Amino acid sequence: MQMLRFTTAGSVDDGKSTLIGRLLYDSKSIFEDQLEAVEEASRSRGNEEVNLALLTDGLRAEREQGITIDVAYRYFATPRRKFIIADTPGHIQYTRNMVTGASTADVAVILVDARHGIMEQTIRHSFIASLLAIREVVVAVNKMDLVDFSEEVFKGIVGDYHAMIERFNLEIQHITFIPMSAKDGDNVVNRSRRIPWYDGPSLLEHLETLPFPEDPEDGTRLPVQYVIRPISSKFPDFRGYAGQLAAGKLKVGDKVRVCPGGLCSEITGLYLGDKELSEACAPQSVVVTLKDDIDISRGNVLSLDGPDIPLEDQQFDVDICWLREQPLQVGRRYTLRHATQEVTGIVKSILYKIDIDTQERRDGIDSLGMNDIARIRIKTAEPLVYDPYRKNRVMGSLVFIDDNNDTVGAAMIR
Amino acid sequence: MSKTLTHLKELEAESIYILREVAAQFERPCILFSGGKDSIVLTYLAWKAFYPAKIPFRLVHIDTGHNFPETLTYRDELVRKLGADLVVGYVQESIDKGKVREETGYNASRNKLQTVTLLDTLAEGRFDAAIGGARRDEEKARAKERIFSHRDEFGQWNPKNQRPELWNIYNAKKDVGEHFRVFPISNWTEMDVWQYIYQEGIEMPSLYFTHRRKVFQRDGQWLAADPAFIPRRPEEEVVEMDVRCRTIGDVTCTGLTLSRAHSLEDIIAEIAATRITERGGRADDKRSESAMEDRKKQGYF
Repeated sequence: MQMLRFTTAGSVDDGKSTLIGRLLYDSKSIFEDQLEAVEEASRSRGNEEVNLALLTDGLRAEREQGITIDVAYRYFATPRRKFIIADTPGHIQYTRNMVTGASTADVAVILVDARHGIMEQTIRHSFIASLLAIREVVVAVNKMDLVDFSEEVFKGIVGDYHAMIERFNLEIQHITFIPMSAKDGDNVVNRSRRIPWYDGPSLLEHLETLPFPEDPEDGTRLPVQYVIRPISSKFPDFRGYAGQLAAGKLKVGDKVRVCPGGLCSEITGLYLGDKELSEACAPQSVVVTLKDDIDISRGNVLSLDGPDIPLEDQQFDVDICWLREQPLQVGRRYTLRHATQEVTGIVKSILYKIDIDTQERRDGIDSLGMNDIARIRIKTAEPLVYDPYRKNRVMGSLVFIDDNNDTVGAAMIR
Repeated sequence: MSKTLTHLKELEAESIYILREVAAQFERPCILFSGGKDSIVLTYLAWKAFYPAKIPFRLVHIDTGHNFPETLTYRDELVRKLGADLVVGYVQESIDKGKVREETGYNASRNKLQTVTLLDTLAEGRFDAAIGGARRDEEKARAKERIFSHRDEFGQWNPKNQRPELWNIYNAKKDVGEHFRVFPISNWTEMDVWQYIYQEGIEMPSLYFTHRRKVFQRDGQWLAADPAFIPRRPEEEVVEMDVRCRTIGDVTCTGLTLSRAHSLEDIIAEIAATRITERGGRADDKRSESAMEDRKKQGYF
């Protein structure tokens, strides 16, 4: 069974919690005691129908105020795939939470209210999906029951959406449109009989069957996390480099290059626990032993010796989403965490800020506030070993940490 | 999303990565070992992450004194096999020192008192990270907790102001006196855990398999009459039944399931067919709608 992670985006009234509740309920992923608790809670709040949204609102304040505060993770499985949903809230600190949810997602499900069509927030959601390099977007055209299941309305939204993607030059590889009514369950898990003109899959069928990209043979990267040295009588000289493959494959006998520095060696062993492997592929976590005794430590990156090696630089541009109220300021220092590296960085300049609703670029800006998205130039105290984010998410993402130890920014290297 | 790896291999890879981040980013991390299946899998993953070196974490067990003896036997045997260091914090000691007051009545449990013993044990051991086997699918409040979850000087969790956590980048920075809870199997479900135990052939405590036990019923739930740690109401009759534990806590808060599951395959089939969550059998969560959130804020597991 394979695993798929998706994020859901929609505003308060789009019926997002209802959609997730429906997905869990109709796929029989909700248990009796959970349903009883939700029924009980719905009754005590005076709701007439069972409010499936209560299934996903986990914190006391959320249930009391009927809002979702933070990213919540939900799990369900069908015989075909295991799913992880990053459910992000609709209003407060919206951008920040959607960026967080999108950072680990393979697919973004964007809700659109059939009555309203493409709105500013649809643009915002699609922009974030594109920025975070999500390859698959599902546009869930919800509340079809309120437009009499009209094919015209649906087709209009499909056309408008494509026009919007083109106009703003967003990079999304695959877009799928599904007409649905989450409240009644049409096309969420089961195909709807009320939408006869639509012959595509339900949302769940689509998520169960959408093809995964081929594992790339090249671009191998192993950021070294930890050096394993047992220093025991059984393993007196064992020296293994532990890490999770961020891309590509490794085989025993492969010639590898260590960055930074560029020293080369050959793989003599690959281990997962006490099992010896002949080859490993991303995203496996392995231990590698090398032929030569060279100085390798946390933060180094192993790649196959050849033309495709990571970049090394002290100055580069990133797209950043600012996550906290304390503003980002030009000239300030931050700790940057990137793969297994940690360096000090200075913000050299803000090239432009992007108005998330209109996609306009504004320059002449010297600070960023919470939820702002901008392209900035940074300089680091030591060279960073990286790849552009669009090539490799692990090797191209980094977070900013301030003096209070807080994570304040999320950045993608250009 | 991997075309070649199964969901279990992908989950395993993620958890091993997290455990290695803990070893790299903290100075004195420990594993909170309860003897339940989640902490057993966690410890197994730690063994796998650092082999052929020893696990670079101590095992910390908070002992309420109300144990199933099988749990302690299993714990001691595992510690011996791994060559690990075990640290035990006793709730009884917290009671004797007057730090907590024992609950009374028929529903008395030491479950809530554990929080004080846990925080004291972490402070005494100067542990800066406590790795736990909590999963996000277990409970509503846990669904929102970070994998690297910051605790303030008072050991408390602030759910409304958690640090953003993106990609696979974990921020372990903290001030003196603060610590972290880390949850490497956050993304696993109960089914994933059992399938993994089956795939890897991990040996489990006998309590998880069906056995004959003296039990009694309270509020529709089967509880253990043996060992006799729960005070019984006069009308609560003791009978012998074939039961197993779906989760293992201490005796006072572990609901037993009537079952005929004698093997791992049976357990997996039983879970696939069940319509009740595993925490549906835990008396401690039933106290209120936000029982878990309230305990967690104070520093609970």
